[in-house]
Amino acid sequence: MTLLSMEGVDVHYGDFQALYGIDLRLDEGETLAVIGANGAGKSTLLKTIAGLLRPSRGTVCFAGQDVGPLPAHRRVALGVALTPEGRRVFPSLSVEENLLVGAHLARTGPWRLSTVYELFPLVGERRTAMGHHLSGGEQQAVAIGRSLMSNPRLLLLDEVSLGLAPVVVARLYAALPAIAASGTTVLIVEQDVNQALRVADRVQCLLEGRTVLAGAADAFTREQIAGAYFGV
Amino acid sequence: MEWVNALVQGLLLGGLYALLACGLSLVFGVMRTVNIAHGDLAVFAAFLGLVVVERTGLHPAVSIVAVVPVMAAAGYALQRGLLGPALARGEIAPLLVTFGLAVVLQNVLQELFSADTQSLDSGGFATASLRLTDQLAVGWLPLVTFAVGVGAVAAVQLVLSRTRLGRAMRATSDDPEAAGLMGIDNRHVYGIATAIALATVGLAGVFLGMRTQFSPTLGPLVLIFAFEAVIIGGLGSLWGTLAGGIVLGVAQTIGAQVQPAYGVLAGHLVFLVVLGLRPQGLFPRTVTT
Repeated sequence: MTLLSMEGVDVHYGDFQALYGIDLRLDEGETLAVIGANGAGKSTLLKTIAGLLRPSRGTVCFAGQDVGPLPAHRRVALGVALTPEGRRVFPSLSVEENLLVGAHLARTGPWRLSTVYELFPLVGERRTAMGHHLSGGEQQAVAIGRSLMSNPRLLLLDEVSLGLAPVVVARLYAALPAIAASGTTVLIVEQDVNQALRVADRVQCLLEGRTVLAGAADAFTREQIAGAYFGV
Repeated sequence: MEWVNALVQGLLLGGLYALLACGLSLVFGVMRTVNIAHGDLAVFAAFLGLVVVERTGLHPAVSIVAVVPVMAAAGYALQRGLLGPALARGEIAPLLVTFGLAVVLQNVLQELFSADTQSLDSGGFATASLRLTDQLAVGWLPLVTFAVGVGAVAAVQLVLSRTRLGRAMRATSDDPEAAGLMGIDNRHVYGIATAIALATVGLAGVFLGMRTQFSPTLGPLVLIFAFEAVIIGGLGSLWGTLAGGIVLGVAQTIGAQVQPAYGVLAGHLVFLVVLGLRPQGLFPRTVTT
């Protein structure tokens, strides 16, 4: 069943056009990696799906419903959760409070404090720490856990690996199979192509706001992907 | 003994200032805006109490049951209808809007009630006192005002730190956009925060009216006292606001003990000293975003 479909989506920041006629389809339970270089429009794409940005043209449908006019907080109620770039953990709230804010709308599902602590044991150990006292890796785990607390049908992960040590990134990515196994559809945006391809079923590559390559994650050679990524 | 007396009276006066400042502190803590109309809203609440008392013949303290809900509802409507849209236009717009609201409120009150001073006559309650020693007595009204002030600060603090709504307010204060990604409608959260703030303003206005005479132009002075209490205590900290109110109250009564005309001046001087030596206030919020 199609969970998310975008058709001919253009997005502008004022006069600057960031996305050109993007088509995207995501089936329930699937994991899609959107890759591309800096400035390719990956984060813009996620923000448009989450409702932080409005397309100037085209449609965004979630679970069969046109969500175009809905603001971000209404899309969370439908089951869309974005773990934003830069983590955006609430600095003056404790780790546990951050997670509880994630459960603000109390959608039902497998994710609650205990299951998130099980998924990320390091988060459980730091439950009383304040958001601004966390390391980058801890913040990223809290941010992902916080998104899971809303029991989303679609989890949008923006640049999980950004600024983190490879060992920390590997530990975070190790949690993805468990998230996908819980039935959550995942859309990952990554600059780290190898990391993204390892967990994804399908891949879509953006270059300067346009889709330049899309298909099964194992359908392309490294050269094809590198060519699409850099636009050569 | 008269110094001890001044200290005790100042402490109790501080309870009124804390009650007046509580809403200002909450609004700043959650929305990062200063409500210039805060004092005028307190005076408006006092006039509202006056109308209730005159129409029903109830005791002024009982008028709270009508004034507080009306002020809370007005707070939600004000935020959703006027301040929220202003907030979307940058930091300076809400300041200007509340300044305009202050001017409008003063003039509407003057139009309706004239410029005469009024008071909420609470009968024997205003003069009855509790004798602690031969030379020291505290009035029941200041004592109850103090208790209500502490209670209001504690209640608002409890809501902020222990409830789902309070958590949503703190998250929104930290990062409104990220809060939206958690499913929090920040316009609603801001509306509720303003409603709670104006509920405390309603309480404060009625107690202010029972304690002193008031007129439509008293608002700015009330705003200054409330503002000083917030700054002395530290921006964004409610317990700090309580402490700030008490410091201000004690400074005023000690100053007045030295020379009756110096009371208010002494309060301002203490405020300036704190601002100069410890601009973050006595109990600043540990996290600044």
